[in-house]
Amino acid sequence: MALNYTKKTINHFLHPKNIGEVKNADAVIEIGNRVCGDQLSFSIKVEKGKIKDIKFLSFGCASNIATASVMTEKVKGMTLAQAKKFDWSTIVSDLGGLPNQKVHCSVMAVEGLKNVIAEYEKKQTENKKPKAAKKK
Amino acid sequence: MQVYLDNAATTRIDPRVLARMKPYFLNHFGNASSIHKLGQDNDAAIKKCKIKIGQLLGVKPERLVFTASATEANNFIIKGVMRANRERGNHLIISAIEHPCVRQSAKELEDEGFKVDIAPVDSRGLIDLGKLKNLIGPQTVLVSIMTVNNEIGTIQDIAAISRLVHERGVLFHTDAVQAVPYLKINIEKDNIDFLSLSGHKFYGPLGVGLAVINPAVRIKPLIVGGGQEKGMRAGTYNVPGIIGFTEALTLAYQERTAYLKKVKELRDYLLAQIKKNIPDVNINGDLKKRTPNNLNLMFSRIEGEAILMDLSYQGVYVSTGSACSALNLKSSSVLAALGIADDNLNSNIRFSLGKYNTKKEIDYALKALQKTVSRLRSFSPIKN
Repeated sequence: MALNYTKKTINHFLHPKNIGEVKNADAVIEIGNRVCGDQLSFSIKVEKGKIKDIKFLSFGCASNIATASVMTEKVKGMTLAQAKKFDWSTIVSDLGGLPNQKVHCSVMAVEGLKNVIAEYEKKQTENKKPKAAKKK
Repeated sequence: MQVYLDNAATTRIDPRVLARMKPYFLNHFGNASSIHKLGQDNDAAIKKCKIKIGQLLGVKPERLVFTASATEANNFIIKGVMRANRERGNHLIISAIEHPCVRQSAKELEDEGFKVDIAPVDSRGLIDLGKLKNLIGPQTVLVSIMTVNNEIGTIQDIAAISRLVHERGVLFHTDAVQAVPYLKINIEKDNIDFLSLSGHKFYGPLGVGLAVINPAVRIKPLIVGGGQEKGMRAGTYNVPGIIGFTEALTLAYQERTAYLKKVKELRDYLLAQIKKNIPDVNINGDLKKRTPNNLNLMFSRIEGEAILMDLSYQGVYVSTGSACSALNLKSSSVLAALGIADDNLNSNIRFSLGKYNTKKEIDYALKALQKTVSRLRSFSPIKN
């Protein structure tokens, strides 16, 4: 089986960026599961509609770690609207390609991003509701 | 430093084996089917090899058929016996922990209308003889159960299985690829009808397999052509390969006692040090009923391919049964057959030691492994 990871992919695997959990995160989500062999956890801090910080934890293969690493690097500083449009193919091309059977890793990283933003927005609307109730 | 701990995948050829093969490339290069001297000398050389192998494995030389791999030998025997003996029945039994080449051969037969049953193993990776017995029926033609498992190294009681199978008047095949030189093989004493071996697993050359057949049983060839191997397997004889296979097998059994002692000491040392220095590690399969070169471990909370790759970048080469390492993204069916929880099926590493490993190498591999496991665990989302 050919598993031709690019140098960049290997670099992100060996030295992943944005590892860990954001302190006082505004939203935290988990995606994937151990049975399939890839599970990720993302946490974000949002300020003025922008992703101020994003970190991840991984139970996954080299490409799972590398794709999450690249994704977090790319979306940090983006507005939520921009981040929502972030496409998995950006990760693949940034890494200089991924083996076919590993492309789904980049899809999962982006799904995780969308889920954590959705979680953040859900929390925001939930937080607004009780306040509105108080005013009444 | 490079530490090769993947000897169950393939081994580095023994230089003495290579030296024996070399003249058959450069000088004695004749086609063993040619009737001139250069050919006939090689035909005689092959016959000598078969006599030697026959002595080592306790089998008549007439029962030996060389192939290009053990995968080919397994395909040839399983498909060949089932297809040629339809009047005996249409039922094949294989174990739950067979190599993919046995499983895929069985699958192909199933597609052709044969009935296939899978004999289960217990949590130690050993065949349940009672359950196997219950699976055998009047239509059963062949039972195929591997001698030593390639992933977990567990050893089946081949003599007992062979007895049980023959009591029911059924034929018996064993894939013994991982058994040399860990077990002494005596084909006729154990009444084994069919057996498969591969040269590159015991410091011999790649591209040479061996199928042991039972001449009293019909078998349909897989490869037809020029009538080599009495029509059982066509294709020009791989003379250097056959010479190398024979030399490697000879050396393996000559040096067996010292090798077994050495490899077991290193394996046990590796395990003891891992247990001492790395928490949350489990052994997959029975530790005692396994070959002394094998160690299959589960590292909780981290993924097998990541462990393998991280070790690889430190020069330590192992293997994994994790889904991410497979082209089909399916995790090891062998480990699943042991009843290991789905959550843990992707956290396993196979260390398979060999005759060139040294204690210094094991110490280096241990340090690398500690680094790898602690790095990957430091960012695992799974908390204990």
